[in-house]
Amino acid sequence: MLTTTLIAGLVLGGTYALVAMGLTIQYGIARTMNLAYGETIIAAAFAAYLVHNSLGISPILGLVLIAPAGFAFGWLVYRLLLRPLVRRSKGGAALEIDSILATFGLLFVIQGVMQVGFGGNYISYSYMNFGVDVLGASVAANRLLALVLALAIGGGLYLLLTHTRWGTALRAVAVAPASAPLVGIDADRAARFGFALGGALAACGGVVISMYQTFTASSGVIFTMKALIVVIMGGVGNLAGALSAGLILGLVETFVATYVSPGLTLAAVYLIFLAILLWRPSGLFGKARR
Amino acid sequence: MGLSAMRAEERADREDFSMTTVTRRRALRYFGMSVALGAVIAALPSAAQDRTSVKIGYAISKTGPNSGGAGITTLPNYVLWAKEVNDAGGLEMPDGKKLPIEVVEYDDRSSAEEVVRAIERLATQDKVDFILPPWGTGFNLAVAPLFDRFGYPQLAVSAVTDKAPEFVKRWKKSYWLLGGGHDYTSALAGLLTKAAGEGTINKKIAMISVADGFGIDLVTAARPSFKDAGFEVVYDVTYPAGTTDFTPMINEAAGSGADTFVAFSYPPETFAITQQAQVAKFNPKILYLGVGTGFPVYGEKNGANAEGIMSLGGIDPKNEANAAYRKRHQEVTGQAPDLWGSVITYNSLQMLQEAIKRRGLDRDAVADELSNGTFQTVLGEVKLEDNQLRKLWFGGQWQSGQFVAVAPVDREGAAPAILPKPAWK
Repeated sequence: MLTTTLIAGLVLGGTYALVAMGLTIQYGIARTMNLAYGETIIAAAFAAYLVHNSLGISPILGLVLIAPAGFAFGWLVYRLLLRPLVRRSKGGAALEIDSILATFGLLFVIQGVMQVGFGGNYISYSYMNFGVDVLGASVAANRLLALVLALAIGGGLYLLLTHTRWGTALRAVAVAPASAPLVGIDADRAARFGFALGGALAACGGVVISMYQTFTASSGVIFTMKALIVVIMGGVGNLAGALSAGLILGLVETFVATYVSPGLTLAAVYLIFLAILLWRPSGLFGKARR
Repeated sequence: MGLSAMRAEERADREDFSMTTVTRRRALRYFGMSVALGAVIAALPSAAQDRTSVKIGYAISKTGPNSGGAGITTLPNYVLWAKEVNDAGGLEMPDGKKLPIEVVEYDDRSSAEEVVRAIERLATQDKVDFILPPWGTGFNLAVAPLFDRFGYPQLAVSAVTDKAPEFVKRWKKSYWLLGGGHDYTSALAGLLTKAAGEGTINKKIAMISVADGFGIDLVTAARPSFKDAGFEVVYDVTYPAGTTDFTPMINEAAGSGADTFVAFSYPPETFAITQQAQVAKFNPKILYLGVGTGFPVYGEKNGANAEGIMSLGGIDPKNEANAAYRKRHQEVTGQAPDLWGSVITYNSLQMLQEAIKRRGLDRDAVADELSNGTFQTVLGEVKLEDNQLRKLWFGGQWQSGQFVAVAPVDREGAAPAILPKPAWK
């Protein structure tokens, strides 16, 4: 029973981590609190649905198309919508407020476009919905895929960011955007790249989630909320933080649902959120950020 | 288009706010606004003239969290009905004259405040002749006092409430057509009793419900229904709306020894539970799920795996009028109606149409006719009892690709339920 719960918790946490990673990169590197993040996820989910239902292509193959599209979309949004804000902002606080307002507007634009294109109905298809035996627990293959993808992306990007020159430049911009140009780093380009990367990660998350979760054009907000909790809990801009915070949330929800009551999962999530923030105000890995 | 506009905006910013550009654009914008405003004013009612149309208004959730439900059960029927009536020349009046329907539509954006404001606007500013109800139990209750105050009959369909007899006393022109929670749970208890009597299932039930309007109403009604029928509820928990992972609950239910699993769930959860039960190889003898099971997409998506799953609602596949309605619905709106409230919604519109034909546009007379008249609709012969539709299907089951009515078991036309539920494919 305990192993079953543990594995179920990790798998659920994998989804949360996957969803949050793009947001943490966008917030960390581009210093943009992207409130339209969830809408990007849903847009990718719609794209996966179209690829699967109209073209009959597996959503995993669809990733080859959809993830670069997410990247391009992030790139364009930064280039057209956010760069003017970055340019005119003097300090960090003004940019944060402006970007929140701008992406809040973007949220409604994307949502509106999806409403017009797909209507308000529930969309759902299933792909890879069969059980896989993991240490005696039956786990849905598509959810397992989400966990594996979260671990791979999280681990891979973490290594890239910490062990390559390119990653060091990105981190430099994240820590001191004003000073980075002094050592020859193009801060604007790095921020744009970080934002676009976040868009690609959101698209990956959307594709995988669409395999097992029912969504509507207006369900993006739910993902933004969950991702925000994970990001803040893990430490803004930290991939390892997002990964571990996501897994912790999944475990807490599953353990509370099994041993206490499913009605208290939300309460437990916010309780642990509060506890972690009291203990480490900048998030689990907040201090470790360099 | 949006992007190019943004790009222009940015370019203007870069051009040091060249004064002329900005002013010209502003001027254009104001001009555009005033044209739009003028068009709205021109469209306002021209009361004194001879009547050339009947104004029908409604506020519905086209956006927001309720749009999923409203977009399948309610709005397509409003569209279909208005189109059919207008294609036939309009609504027939008692003198045989036909007047086309003019629709006034608002999006309530799934906000209770917005729906109240829109109904008020329909009554006081648009001065429509009749108002069709919004979607959802909560919204129908929110607007009921307004319908009553302005004297409009309210044919509430997508509202499941046990308090209908009380509401009818409070709001004389309100009609409740989808029964109450207790109707559904006692019909289910009846079906379970029959199955237990035949020795198909044991007398234990595992039950989960969403901690929100629908789930609370239904589970509150279900507990006494099951107890009176001699069943023991061995697992009874609620979960917050928006829950996506049901593995813990499914595992607990599987370990509880109950042959019956009941979930009073909302559509996203209904879909999730169906998938996750398959993954966990959890195959109870009776699997009863909530809203969403009766959506056509549920049958399409789950295919052979839907076989044997039960829920609220259901239709009689032998009813030809209903079959014809389903075909028209598909043709006109491009989507199939659901298998629970859709046909009742369409029936309510037919009742309204017939009542207007018999009594004209006087709302009091129409309300009186709705309360006391007998109507021939897509459901067959319909007569309301105390402003409520009581002859309903309260339980259905997926049987070879159709969501067939199986409860109440003693109603004529009920198909026998397939028990136990077949194994997952």
